[in-house]
Amino acid sequence: MDFEPKIVAFVCNWCTYAGADLTGTSRIKYATNVRIIRFPCTGRIDFMLILKAFAQGADGVIVSGCHPNDCHYTSGNFHARRRWIAFKDLSEFMGIDMERIQFSWVSAAEGAKWAEVVNTTVAKVRQLGPYTAYHEMAAAGIM
Amino acid sequence: MDVLKTRAQELLASGTVQTVIGYGQGSNGRSRALFAQTPQAAETLIWDDTCQQNLATYLFKPEIRQKGKAAIVAPLPVLRSVLQLASENQVHDGDLIVLGVNGGELTEMATLQEMEAHVAGRDLSLDARDHARLQELDAMSLKERWQFWQEEVARCFKCYACRAACPMCYCSRCTVECNQPQWVPVPAHQLGNWEWHMMRAMHLAGRCVSCGACGRACPLDIPIHLLTIKMEESIFQEFGIRAGARAKAENALSSFRAEDKEQFII
Repeated sequence: MDFEPKIVAFVCNWCTYAGADLTGTSRIKYATNVRIIRFPCTGRIDFMLILKAFAQGADGVIVSGCHPNDCHYTSGNFHARRRWIAFKDLSEFMGIDMERIQFSWVSAAEGAKWAEVVNTTVAKVRQLGPYTAYHEMAAAGIM
Repeated sequence: MDVLKTRAQELLASGTVQTVIGYGQGSNGRSRALFAQTPQAAETLIWDDTCQQNLATYLFKPEIRQKGKAAIVAPLPVLRSVLQLASENQVHDGDLIVLGVNGGELTEMATLQEMEAHVAGRDLSLDARDHARLQELDAMSLKERWQFWQEEVARCFKCYACRAACPMCYCSRCTVECNQPQWVPVPAHQLGNWEWHMMRAMHLAGRCVSCGACGRACPLDIPIHLLTIKMEESIFQEFGIRAGARAKAENALSSFRAEDKEQFII
C-alpha cells in the first residue's frame, strides 16, 4: 500500500487558522494529509505537544502562527520562536529528525502560502517515509 | 581548610547564621552534605576535590529555612546557582551568607552584588571533559545520536535523583506529577523515559549552570547532564545569555528580542 503521511498542524487562531480558512474560501486545493489543531496563540504550543503528536502516530508536524510583530497578544510568537530555537537544538542533539517538523509564519491573508506550506511538508515527509523510529519507541510503552 | 572551619564556627557562635551548609566526610572516600548548627559540628567541615555536590539544592528545604539564616559553602557552580535562583526570585538579598571557596581561597559574600562581582571575574566556560563529550556527540550522525540516547534513556528507572540533585528543579509540583492530563507516562518505559529527559532539558534550558550534579546523582551513570549542558551552550550561542551570572537577569526562555535570529521558520 502507498504510504500516506499523517501530518499534525498546530496553528494559532488569529493568523494561520484564519489563513487556512482563506485557503478554503479561495478554493485552493491542498494535500488532505493534514489534521489542523487550533490554539489561541503559538505561545500556547508546548513542545510536548509535538512529541505527543509523534508518539500518537504522526509522521510530520507543522507549527504555524502570526508573523513576528503581528501577534494578537503582542509577544506570544516571539516567546514561541525562542522556545522553538531551543527545542530544535535539543531535538537535533537527541537525534530527532527535524526534517519532519516545519515551523512557519502564515498570516490570515496568506491562504496560498498555507497551501504551499502543507504541500511541501507532505511531499517532504512522503519522501522520508513513516517515522518508524519514534513510533516503535512509543509502541514499546503503554500510552 | 582551617580558615573555612574557623569562619563557619564564628558565624554560628555569633548567631549570625543558624545553619552552615557545607561538605562533610561521607562513606567510601566520598563527601556528603553537612548541616552544621553548632560550632562543634562545624569542626567536621571539609573542602577538597571530592566536594562535588551542588549544595544550593538544600536552600529550599523547610528544615533549613525554619531555622533562620544559613551560610553555604560555595564553589563556583553553587555560587552560580545562588545567582540564578536570585534572578528567579527564589533567593533574596540578605537571605544567606555565601562562603565562596576556590582552591585554598575563602571569599565571604553577604550580598548578591558581591557574588555577581566575584562571578564576573571567573571563567564560566564548560568543563573540558564535558566539552569533549559534547563535541564527540555533535560529530555523530543524527541516527547515531538517536541510537545513543535511546540506549542511554532505556536504562533510566525514573528515580528522579537528577531532579532532586538540581537546585533549579525547585517546583513543588513537577510536570511529571501532573496527571490531568498525564504529560509524561508514569512507568519507566522507553517513551516515558524519553519524554521525561527531553522535558527536563527543555525546562532547564537557559537556567542550567552546568554543574553536572544531575549526571553524578544518576545511579545508572546515564550522562543526562550532557542534555542540560548542551542546552546551556546552545542558549549562550543563540542568545548570548549565561545562566547564573547575574542576580537580576532575564530568563532566556521567558524573554525575547524582536531581532532573534533563526533560519528554519518559513
